[in-house]
Amino acid sequence: MAVHTSQSVVKAAGEHTARGRSRGTGTPPPTPGRLRRALSVHWYAWAMVAPVVVVIGVIIGYPLVRGIYLSMTDADERNVARSIGVNEIPATYEFVGADNYVDALTGSQFLGTLGWTLVWTVSCVSITFVLGMALANILNRRIAGRSAYRMALILPWAIPGFVSVFAWRFLYNEERGLLNKILGGAGIDAVPWLNDPGWAKFAVIAVNVWLGIPFMMVALLGGLQSIPSEQYEAAEMDGATAWQRFRHITLPGLRPVSTTVILLSTIWTFNMFPVIFLLTRGGPGEATQILVTQAYKFSFEISPRDYAQSSTWGVLILALLMVFAVVYRRVLRSQGDNW
Amino acid sequence: MRRGITATALVAALALAATACGSDDESGGGKSSGELSGTVTWWDTSSVGSEDKVFKKLAEGFEKQHPKVDVKYVNVPFGEAQNKFKNAAQAGDGAPDVIRSEVAWTPDFANLGYLAPLDGTAALKNQDDFLKQAVASTKYDGKTFAVPQVIDSMGVFYNKKMFKEAGVDAPADLDDLKTVAKKIKDKTGKTGLYLRGDDPYYFLSFLYGEGGDMVDASSRTVTIDKPEGVKAFKAVKELVDDGTAKTDASDGWENMMQAFKNGDVAMMVNGPWAVADTLTGKEFTDKDNLGVAPVPAGSSAQGAPQGGHNLAVYAGSKNLEASYAFVEYMTSVDSQATAAGELNLLPTRTSAYAKKEAVDSEIVGFFKPVVETAVERPWIPEGGSLFEPLRVEYTKVLTGQTTPEKAAKATGDSYRKLLEGWK
Repeated sequence: MAVHTSQSVVKAAGEHTARGRSRGTGTPPPTPGRLRRALSVHWYAWAMVAPVVVVIGVIIGYPLVRGIYLSMTDADERNVARSIGVNEIPATYEFVGADNYVDALTGSQFLGTLGWTLVWTVSCVSITFVLGMALANILNRRIAGRSAYRMALILPWAIPGFVSVFAWRFLYNEERGLLNKILGGAGIDAVPWLNDPGWAKFAVIAVNVWLGIPFMMVALLGGLQSIPSEQYEAAEMDGATAWQRFRHITLPGLRPVSTTVILLSTIWTFNMFPVIFLLTRGGPGEATQILVTQAYKFSFEISPRDYAQSSTWGVLILALLMVFAVVYRRVLRSQGDNW
Repeated sequence: MRRGITATALVAALALAATACGSDDESGGGKSSGELSGTVTWWDTSSVGSEDKVFKKLAEGFEKQHPKVDVKYVNVPFGEAQNKFKNAAQAGDGAPDVIRSEVAWTPDFANLGYLAPLDGTAALKNQDDFLKQAVASTKYDGKTFAVPQVIDSMGVFYNKKMFKEAGVDAPADLDDLKTVAKKIKDKTGKTGLYLRGDDPYYFLSFLYGEGGDMVDASSRTVTIDKPEGVKAFKAVKELVDDGTAKTDASDGWENMMQAFKNGDVAMMVNGPWAVADTLTGKEFTDKDNLGVAPVPAGSSAQGAPQGGHNLAVYAGSKNLEASYAFVEYMTSVDSQATAAGELNLLPTRTSAYAKKEAVDSEIVGFFKPVVETAVERPWIPEGGSLFEPLRVEYTKVLTGQTTPEKAAKATGDSYRKLLEGWK
């Protein structure tokens, strides 16, 4: 919203100067004069926009620039500025250029974590999407108690994330958890849900899928309801099977919605901090550590806190997601979507 | 991460605004009129539900001696306190006046400049009365930054009833431990030992038992990746693999205490800090059912780590005088005797051991010689930092993600990164 406002104002100012020049009335006004005129004409718009620009600058711009700067230093807990009571300790960290990036990209830790983060993101998004799609299709029919089902399926969304993750942690507990008690009742050995690296990976994905389904389902249900029913009727008249109708009407009809939710869901899952952090803290060992939780660990959990490395990872995460968004858009555009 | 940065900036902006328009708050007090006044906020880290009640009452007793002082008792979970204090201390806002600082945290906090030096203040009284081992962790760079509150070490806690049923005695070494666990399994169907897999502190006694250590501070050498370290990793892995012990990679404390309190395991390696909580369990309604024995020896030695807690004063405290006096009060002979009597915690003052409360406590009596021979940890600022790399590798070994050899090497590598210039 705020960004739109500032853009349109800039555009308006640009058009104005262009018009002035095209008239070609003798000597072109010197540059500062143009700026002054733009200001004098549009001062009201600038004044209106200024608070928003300042707020965005403080909330997003400054931390972003500072994070990028820190990632090019060797800042850690011991050399940043601190003021404790009467003691003022000045900052003594130094600029080290791209060293942190070289370390991160050539070491095994970043790439290893990135590998699991990709597996995690792809499996979460694809499973969530498929299940959300199935549930949306079921709920799009007239079945008895449809609104009750809808409510129940939105429930995971309505519970605060940390509450449900804690609940899952209790369920997963190897000795005292409900899941293993049920399995035990059926004569199956206890499963080390959070204590075995493979099972822990499964467990975190399962919880994230559980948390992500409502969003997918609601978004896709909205998409389904916007597909005109005439298309289905016409297809039925032509003798299309249920699968053909799904494949050739539902899927293309859902395309605008599903491309958006997949993009959003990918970005969210890639940075899904609470599920990993609250369920396993990245453990056992480092088995479920994704990039964000590891970046958090660098700046808050180890000692001395490594701010430089943490910001490096943060900037790399940002870069990866930006590249993904750009590529995703390109691909969609090449397939004819107007994005 | 971006969201993290944003949040930080928001907080920073708010803090800026707050300092710009805020006025000095009223917690400042001190001694101007000869009498202590103001507020003293104390962050305690003792176990909730058992120890915290006693310490809260004890802390409030300070108000009786100094009626104008208001003691604010805050219990911060032990696992979070270090980070919370660092966050608050660095921001210069929200830090307590007094913190219960674990022995390994103290040199770290002092090195970061967060603690007030205590030499020549009211916080220190009868320094010679303190156990030498306890005082060692309070010194940094030649100055005193904390006062020892409790000292501890570790032993094997066992369920006497289950031992009797299986007809076994407390194990003396690891082989013994395996036989004992096997007999218990045969007779009672329960597991022998609970070994915490998510906290390397519980690994230390096995490391010492093989003759290893994390680092050797006197020769500035990393020792975890020596053959002894590898042997220790192998030893704990064996315990888990052959069913002698069970473990968890998360929620270890809670799972250990529940398992032991409910009689699902017969033994756990633990310290005096766990006694009060253990005695609330259904197996220990009869206090005498709890037995304590020295930790089992390894293949070449026997030893448990020396731990404990100090009380330290935040350098940015607005009420230093009252905080000093509060620290002195909480570490006095009487306070320590109360903690020993009610919670079985070990005093740090020699004279407190002569008090009736301490003499009457069986646990204190057991742990006193253990503490005296406990393995002292390196009191370097990085002392506390050594645990995180070890935790990752230790858990990986127990969950089969790496081999003991690789784990020892990886831990050693991260130690050398942490400790610049060490061999």
